[in-house]
Amino acid sequence: MISFTLNGQQVSCDLPDDTPLLWVVRDYFRLKGSKFGCGMGLCGACSMLINGESARTCILPLAAVQGQRVVTIEGLGDVDQLSPVQQAWVDNNVPQCGYCQSGQIISATALLARNNNPGDADIDAAMSGNLCRCGTYPRIKKAIQQAAGALQESSEAGVEYYQPAFGQSEAAE
Amino acid sequence: MTDHTASQMSLQSPGRRDFLKLMGVAGGGLIVGASLTGCGTDLPGASEQGALVANAFIQILPSGQVQVYIPANEMGQGVWTGLTTLVAEELKTPPEQIRVKHAGVHPDYTNPLLKIQATGGSTAIAGFYAPLRQAAANVREILRLAAARQLKTGLDDIRLAEGKVQALGRDYSFGLFTGTAAQLPPVESAPLTANEDFQYIGKVDQRLDAVAKCTGTAAFGIDVEMPEMRKAVVKRCPVNGGKLKSHNGDTVESLPGVDAVVVLEHGIAVIAENYWQAKKAAESLQITWDLPELAQQSTEQIQGAMRSALAKLEPGEGDADEVESRGDIGGIAAAEHQLSAQYSFPYLAHATMEPMNCAVRIENDRCDVWVGAQSNQLVRDCAARYSGIDRDNVHVHDCFLGGGFGRRSHLDFVAEAVQIARHSGLAVQVIWSREDDMRHDYFRPASVASIRAGFDGNGKITHWRARRAGGNILPYMMDDVVDVVTTGVLPLSVANWLSKRGYGVFDGWAADPSSVEGLFEDYDFPNLQVEHCTVDAGVRLGFWRSVGFSANTFAKEVFMDEIASQLAIDPVELRLRNLADNPRMAHVVRTAAERAGWGEPTEPGRFQGFSAQQSFGSLVAQVVELSVDNGNIVLHKVVCAVDCGVAVNPDIVRAQMESGIIFGATAALYGRVDFQKGAAQQSNFHDYRLLRMNETPAMDIHIIESAEVPTGVGEPGVPPIAPAIASALYAATGVRYRSLPLQE
Repeated sequence: MISFTLNGQQVSCDLPDDTPLLWVVRDYFRLKGSKFGCGMGLCGACSMLINGESARTCILPLAAVQGQRVVTIEGLGDVDQLSPVQQAWVDNNVPQCGYCQSGQIISATALLARNNNPGDADIDAAMSGNLCRCGTYPRIKKAIQQAAGALQESSEAGVEYYQPAFGQSEAAE
Repeated sequence: MTDHTASQMSLQSPGRRDFLKLMGVAGGGLIVGASLTGCGTDLPGASEQGALVANAFIQILPSGQVQVYIPANEMGQGVWTGLTTLVAEELKTPPEQIRVKHAGVHPDYTNPLLKIQATGGSTAIAGFYAPLRQAAANVREILRLAAARQLKTGLDDIRLAEGKVQALGRDYSFGLFTGTAAQLPPVESAPLTANEDFQYIGKVDQRLDAVAKCTGTAAFGIDVEMPEMRKAVVKRCPVNGGKLKSHNGDTVESLPGVDAVVVLEHGIAVIAENYWQAKKAAESLQITWDLPELAQQSTEQIQGAMRSALAKLEPGEGDADEVESRGDIGGIAAAEHQLSAQYSFPYLAHATMEPMNCAVRIENDRCDVWVGAQSNQLVRDCAARYSGIDRDNVHVHDCFLGGGFGRRSHLDFVAEAVQIARHSGLAVQVIWSREDDMRHDYFRPASVASIRAGFDGNGKITHWRARRAGGNILPYMMDDVVDVVTTGVLPLSVANWLSKRGYGVFDGWAADPSSVEGLFEDYDFPNLQVEHCTVDAGVRLGFWRSVGFSANTFAKEVFMDEIASQLAIDPVELRLRNLADNPRMAHVVRTAAERAGWGEPTEPGRFQGFSAQQSFGSLVAQVVELSVDNGNIVLHKVVCAVDCGVAVNPDIVRAQMESGIIFGATAALYGRVDFQKGAAQQSNFHDYRLLRMNETPAMDIHIIESAEVPTGVGEPGVPPIAPAIASALYAATGVRYRSLPLQE
C-alpha cells in the first residue's frame, strides 16, 4: 500500500508498485487531466508536480511517490478560479488541440515557482521537455512571460515565492 | 435550410437519457467538458423542457440560453469558436454567452463541401459559412416576429443585440418569446448581416475551449470512463496486412487482472481492468504471423522503384497517367533555357499527441461509441458494420480530438474497438501505445517527383512538365469506408467483397488528385503537363495535414528557386513574373516579401528563403530566415502572409499559420519513417523527432484584408515552409537539397 498526497489530500492505493503514477492517477483516482503521450518520458504530456518539480509520471513507478506531494493539473485551479499560469494560457489563446497543455502548464508552474523572472533561455530549458504537435510554443512562451509579470507584481505585494494553490479537487478517496 | 429542418422547429421535451451526464456522475469525479446529447439518426432532442429547437444547430432554452451544436470535430483548428462566431453574428449574441455542444449524426450536419458529416480538407468554416449563418439569421427573424406579436408592436421596433431582444426601450430575454416562435411558420431566408456591419466575425478572438483545455476538464476520447469499462491493448502484426498464424493467447488469459483475450485477424487484444495490467499482459503474447508481400520491401527498394518508374518515362517508355495538360508541352525541347530536377520524400507519421483510442459498449442491441474522430457519420456506419447493429441504434459520442491532422479520418481504430467489444461482450476502451500509433499509421506517402521546365532569359516560364511516382491515398481510404458505407445498402457479401481490395476495385480510376496537387498550380505556365506513375508497395497511406501539397509544393517551389538561381534573378521577382494571371497570389507574395524585408541585408550569417502555395482555397507565402551552425539548421524567423478570405477569428488564423509552420518545419528538418521488411522502424519521439520550444522560430503572421468567402486555414500554413527552408539553406551553403528531411 503506497500513500502520498494528491492535490493536497492524503491518499493511498494498493496497485502493484511498478505501476506508473500516470496510470494510477488516471485509472485508479480517475483524474483525467494528466495525459498519456509516449510512455517513455519523452513528451511531457503526463507531467505532474512531485514536491514542486515537474516530473514525467508515465515512467515514474508508484513506489517512488511514497510520502511525496503530487499535484496534477486539477490541483492548480479550476474552471472558476484559474491559477495565474492558467489565466495567462487562456489570455494568449495557447491551446489548440489542448492535449499537451496540462503538462505544459505543470512545467511552467514549476519553472515560475523557482524563478519568477525567467529569460528566454530559462523558458527554453524548462519547457523543451514538453512536446506540442500543434506548435503552440510561441504562445506558451508569451503566456509564461505574462504569468511571470503577474507573479512579480504579487511578489512586490509581499508574496515571496509562487506556491501553486492546491485546489479543492475531487480526488477520490 | 432544408424543408426537413424547418419542419423540425418545435417545442420538445427531453426524451433521451443523457449518457455523458450519467458518465460524469458514475465516473468518480470526471467532469466532462465535452457534453453531448444522445445521438443517432435523430436531431438532438431539446435539452430542456420548453426549449425552442429551431434547427439542427440552434436551440434556445427557456432561460434565454443559446445552445449551438457544432457539426464539425474540434481537433485544435478552432472550429468550436469559429462556427459559434458565425451563429453569434446573426443572433447578435456574444459568443462567450453561447453554450457549445458536440453534434450527433444527422444529414443536416453534412459538410456542404465534403458531402458527408466529416471534418477535413480545411473545410469547416468554408463549408458552413453560409448555411450556419442562414440558420442563425432565421432564428433571429423568428424571434423578432414572435416578439412583435407578443409585445404588440411593429417589427421595425424590434432588434436583437447583446443576446437580448431590444424593444420599446427595454431588453427582453430570448426565452420570453420561444413559445410564440414555435407557433409561427418557419422563416427560411432571413437577410444575412452585411460584412461592414459585422460585430463578431473578424473581431472575436477568445477561444471558447481554452478554459476547459487549461484546467484538464476538456474530455478527449482517452478520458472516457465508466465503472464497467475495461481497458484493452492490442498486439498487431508489425507488417500491414499480416495475419495471425499461431499464438499463446490462452496462457495470457490467466495473468493478473486479465478479463479476456480476443483473437482478431490482424492481432490479439488483451482486456484488463486497467491499462497497465493490459499492457503488461500483452507483453507476454507470443505470436507468429503470416506475412504479406510487403514484408519483402524496404524504403530503399520502394523509392528505387519510384525512381525507375520515372526514369522509364524519359525515353518514352513506361506507363503514366496524364492528369493535367494545357497548351503544347512538346515545345519544351526548343525552349531558350531548360532545367530539370528530381525530388524525393519519405513516409511520415501523424504523431497526434493523443494516441489512437476508442471506447465501445454494446448492450441490448444498442452500440455506444466514445471517440475523437474526424467523421461522426463514418464512425457510426463503421460501428454498425462491425457490431451488426442497425445504424439507428448506434450512438456516437464525439469527444475533443488530441490532434487529428488526417489520422482520425481513418476508421481502423474504431473498427478494431467495435470488434473487441462485440467478441468479448465487455464495454471496452482500446488504447494504443505511442509505438502502436506510430507503427500502424496511415502514412503520408513516400514519393519521387521530377520537374522539367523551359523558360526565357527573363524568367518567363513557357513549359512546365511535372511527374510524380508514388502510391495513392484514395484506395486506402476506400478500403476503410467502402464496406462501411455500403453495409445496409448493398448485401453484406458484396460489401465484404468490396472491402480491403482498394486496388482491385479502383485500379481503373484516374490518379488520385491528391497525388499531384502542389506540383503545378498558381503560376501562369502556358504549356503544362502533369503525369503520374502509381508505385505502391502496400504501406498504408493516408491524409496527412495538407496531403499532396506536403511533398509536391516542395518540388515546385524549390524548382522555382533553382530557375531563379540559374538565371540569377531574385526568386521573388521570378515568381512575380510568372503570376501575371494571378494577381491575388502576386499580392500575397509581395506582402510576405515586404514584411520580411526581402532583399535587404540580414544579420551576418543569416539567410532567407521564399515559398508560396495556394491550397484549400487559401493563399500563403512564407519567408524563412535561418543560419547554419556546425551543420545544424537554426530557424530564426518566419514571416507569413495569408489570404483566406474573411478571417472569422483572426487570432485563430494566426495560430493555425504558426501551427502549420511548426508542423511543416518539423517534417522538413526531421520527419521520416523508414520501412525494413515491411515494418515501420520509427516508434516514438526519440527516433521521430518533433520540433521543441528551443528550436522554434519567431513568427510574424500577416492576414490580408478580404471580403471574400472564407477558405481553409488548418492546412495551408504547412506547404510553403519546407521549400522556403531548403531555399534558404541553398543561399547559406550553396548546396541544393532535393530530398527530405534536411537535417540528417
